[in-house]
Amino acid sequence: MIDILDGLKAAFWLVISFDAELWEISLRSLRVTLSALIIASLIAIPLGTYLAVQRFRYRRFAISLINALMGLPPVVIGLLVYIALSRSGPFGVLNLLFTPTAMIIAQVIIITPVIASIAHQAMRELWAEYHDLLISLNTTKWQRIVTLIRDGRRNLLTAALAGFGRAIGEVGAIMVVGGNIDHVTRVLTTAIALETGKGDFALALALGFVLIGIAIVVNLAIHTLSRTEREGRW
Amino acid sequence: MNRFLLVAIALLWAQVSSADNMRLAVTTSFENSGLADVLLPAIKTDIDLDVQLLVVGTGQALKLGAAGDVDAVLVHSKEAEEAFVTAGYGTHRREIMYNDFVIIGPVEDPAGINGAANVIDAMTNIATAKARFVSRGDDSGTHKAERALWAAAGLNIQDHGDWYQAVGSGMGAALNTAAGLNAYIIADRASWLNFGNKKGLSLLFSGDPALYNQYAFLPVDPVKNSHVRNDLAMLLEEWLTGARAAALINGYSIGGEPLFVFNATTD
Amino acid sequence: MSAKFPLELDQVLVQRKGKVLLGPLDLSLKKNGVTIILGPNGSGKTTLLRAMHGIERINGGRITWAQEDPAKHAFVFQSPVVLRRTVAQNLAFPLQLLNVPRAETEAAVAHWLTRIGLSGKSETAATRLSGGERQKLAIARALIRKPDVLFLDEPCANLDGYATREIETILGETAEAGTRLVMATHDMGQARRLADDIVFMLNGKVHETGAAEAVIARPQTEELSAFLKGDIVV
Repeated sequence: MIDILDGLKAAFWLVISFDAELWEISLRSLRVTLSALIIASLIAIPLGTYLAVQRFRYRRFAISLINALMGLPPVVIGLLVYIALSRSGPFGVLNLLFTPTAMIIAQVIIITPVIASIAHQAMRELWAEYHDLLISLNTTKWQRIVTLIRDGRRNLLTAALAGFGRAIGEVGAIMVVGGNIDHVTRVLTTAIALETGKGDFALALALGFVLIGIAIVVNLAIHTLSRTEREGRW
Repeated sequence: MNRFLLVAIALLWAQVSSADNMRLAVTTSFENSGLADVLLPAIKTDIDLDVQLLVVGTGQALKLGAAGDVDAVLVHSKEAEEAFVTAGYGTHRREIMYNDFVIIGPVEDPAGINGAANVIDAMTNIATAKARFVSRGDDSGTHKAERALWAAAGLNIQDHGDWYQAVGSGMGAALNTAAGLNAYIIADRASWLNFGNKKGLSLLFSGDPALYNQYAFLPVDPVKNSHVRNDLAMLLEEWLTGARAAALINGYSIGGEPLFVFNATTD
Repeated sequence: MSAKFPLELDQVLVQRKGKVLLGPLDLSLKKNGVTIILGPNGSGKTTLLRAMHGIERINGGRITWAQEDPAKHAFVFQSPVVLRRTVAQNLAFPLQLLNVPRAETEAAVAHWLTRIGLSGKSETAATRLSGGERQKLAIARALIRKPDVLFLDEPCANLDGYATREIETILGETAEAGTRLVMATHDMGQARRLADDIVFMLNGKVHETGAAEAVIARPQTEELSAFLKGDIVV
């Protein structure tokens, strides 16, 4: 109990005093996760929408596959990415290991199935609603996808935020591919792991509370920017 | 509003420019000692070198070296190091400094190791008393040292009962577990001094020469991995075996207690 | 005015999961004006309309138009489909699909808003309209592209008298302006009010067809006679 109070106090002081190291790793956490989120969304949302709209032979299989991929343990993905990016691995020449880029790659792989799956569900429902009308109006496949994405953007935002949540709290994969190098690849979650391992629970908790705070702020910011709560529009 | 967003985006994505930097894999016990926080700034000032530390267990450090993902390795496990060099992954092995291991345990000392004549007696006492004992279990330098001590005492780890708990984690995490279980544990002195969660544990046995722990620097062989910065590794080695390093290492203490003894020789 | 007709249905068959929904059916629609497709529930009216519009796949036979131009027909569904957008955006949608210039779109939207009496609600979310308002919106949206043919599937089935009257007025004006209407209904009164010619359907087949006045005054078949009297016909 004392630890938690110590943690809250420490978190408060870290934030108030604009602790330089805290800023550094917080910004890095946000940078890595938001980059991964944008890239993953650019892949997952059209993919999920396409799967809702287009009938093709292995569609059911593709949907099941994406749902299954959601359950992959992140640390396993991290290990696979490490092996791929290692100097002795296939993509070693790119020199990406132990950089934030490697962390972004790992997180993109982890969260794309999550976003795609939720996006697909949302788009499927909307497609059922719009199906007759869009076909009647002779829309092209592309027009259908654009219309669905536009009108379903609230649910797509939920999908993206689910991806964000998965990524900002992830620690296993980015520890392996990033190496938790001070001033280079250390982020909030890996710093928490480090401090916990050292026995400095107060600091670890403090970082944890900052992480929770950031997650809440990002969620609020996105909801405000898109005015999802404004009456009459939704 | 848009301008604010642009500034936020720019801040987020601003990249740190990369100077001359090399990657060094070190063990968690080295990181926990806090010595790196003293050495790294001095290295930057003296030879303008940015050393990126990857803090992992000895096993993983050597694996990273073998894969060529780091330029050099600093570990404390002579046997594994020699195998590393023999296999052609490292150019050579250069001793830098040593610290020592200590045996930590519950203040009540149920196995009565405080005052044991030597480390063999202490280990035997623990096994006889079947007192709870936490092992690193992660093939790290510390873990290998622990295994060597059981072997030296003529005890087979396989015969140990439930009182022997292998956790498979770093020094800090293992100490946490020992604190939680009120168990005995072998740790490097530096990690113990820096450990913030001592609870009911205390240092019960130390000083036996068998507990000395030698750190060595191994540059990764550029023949097997042509892209490694062997030039920078050699630069660092020169610094680590020089007078400045000696002064910093010998002078480093925690709470007044010195930790490391510089013992590099000029080759 | 271009001649979209005659529309020929030649041995058209629609079946789903082994059950025959429509046909084999022969039909020829020549004239201008309003054709009412009459019949009890389950007689295949909806299927026939959808097949003529091209949004229902046929399993046998052929449908031929004098000139094939799918953008030139429109459909109004029994349950109005609205996009999750404002009323004005719903109206603009079909024109945007055709990349109609903005000024022209806005003019057309304003015109139709007035005609259906929803000018005051142009910025309201379409999902918040009443049933009657939605159906008027659907009709306006269907007509905004100036189709040659308008198919309607029992548009007033779920509406009250006021809404029905408003819609019939709009449909009357539309027919007079030259748009060909093909409308399904099981409301005898509506048929009487609007039809130029009637197609009476039973069990997926055309049972009787002819000019409205003639067919209503002197039905040729027993079933149509019974239906006109208001009996249940199976």
